[in-house]
Amino acid sequence: MMRYIIFLSLLVVSLTLSAQQYDDIKVYKTFDEFKQVFEHKDDKIHVVNFWATWCGPCVKELPYFEELHQKYKDAGVEVLLVSIDWDKHVEKKVIPFLHKNEYTAPTIVFDDPKTNDWIPKVDPDWSGAIPITIFYKGNQRIFKEQAFHSLGELEEIINTLK
Amino acid sequence: MKQLFSFTLAMALIGLFSFTIDKGTGYKIGDTATDFSLLNVDGKMKSLADYKDVKGYIVTFTCNHCPYAVMYEDRLIDLHNRYAPKGYPVIAINPNDPEAQPADSYVAMQERAKEKGFTFDYLFDDGQKIYPQYGATKTPHVFLLDADRVVKYIGAIDDSARDAEAVEVKYLEDAIAALEMGKNPDPAETKAIGCSIKTVK
Repeated sequence: MMRYIIFLSLLVVSLTLSAQQYDDIKVYKTFDEFKQVFEHKDDKIHVVNFWATWCGPCVKELPYFEELHQKYKDAGVEVLLVSIDWDKHVEKKVIPFLHKNEYTAPTIVFDDPKTNDWIPKVDPDWSGAIPITIFYKGNQRIFKEQAFHSLGELEEIINTLK
Repeated sequence: MKQLFSFTLAMALIGLFSFTIDKGTGYKIGDTATDFSLLNVDGKMKSLADYKDVKGYIVTFTCNHCPYAVMYEDRLIDLHNRYAPKGYPVIAINPNDPEAQPADSYVAMQERAKEKGFTFDYLFDDGQKIYPQYGATKTPHVFLLDADRVVKYIGAIDDSARDAEAVEVKYLEDAIAALEMGKNPDPAETKAIGCSIKTVK
């Protein structure tokens, strides 16, 4: 019996710990709240990637963004993964997905259903297909509606901003 | 004088040409869309010219696998059922390369059309020759053409992909209503989230 209780407590503790890592996933419901991710005026290079768990090419390229984060997080590059999954899927899909893949890059969820209002504000050239990535530093800004196939492809763009 | 005219014309043409290049390929509002001959799920080739006595065409790039396309399946059936009798049939085209997305193979299209009871034609852009001419970038992506195949509206079906009950603006139906009144749709273009078109690169 005692053993059983210890086992259960350990299970609860470990579940809590593993969940905690993603407890701080913030869900933004309006573009006005969300848009500050594009407004950092610091010296860093900001890499904002739009993805979703249902998007095949997005899921495929995420490892390169994780690599980018790992390699440059202390070298002035801020990677932000923006999931546009619906908020009701955050717990059942987004968090388990991030957990399974052990992604550590900062992630938020942006879920505003009025897409026609905010897609042009993210970038006038964006058709609405994902993935997209915005690279910016100060006033320099690069918008890419495409998937990336290696860390090198991302580094190439980063280097033009340095 | 004649030389000056030729020069001006040449410059205008160059200007026009570079504009086209700058803006990438694909139709803008007012362009005349190409006809095509694509394989329908019924096993027959289909062209826009096959639709007789129509007032327009609801050309919709869509597919099997994309959740945003799936969310609109019922609405596409409903649109076709209500608007085809009025002269605006839905013509669905799957632009994806099955090598890149096996769920969008021709056989899978036939299965999905049967399973959902699609009342509209569901064509396969085999070889991916048509979608780049239209400038479709995602599924679903609607191009409303008038009877002369002039592009009148590009974009989303409505303003609420995930929840048909929560729709506030029916962009496509509003665009058709505008055509019916001899007006240009406003907005003529809208943006919505969708799945990128799948190609093997």
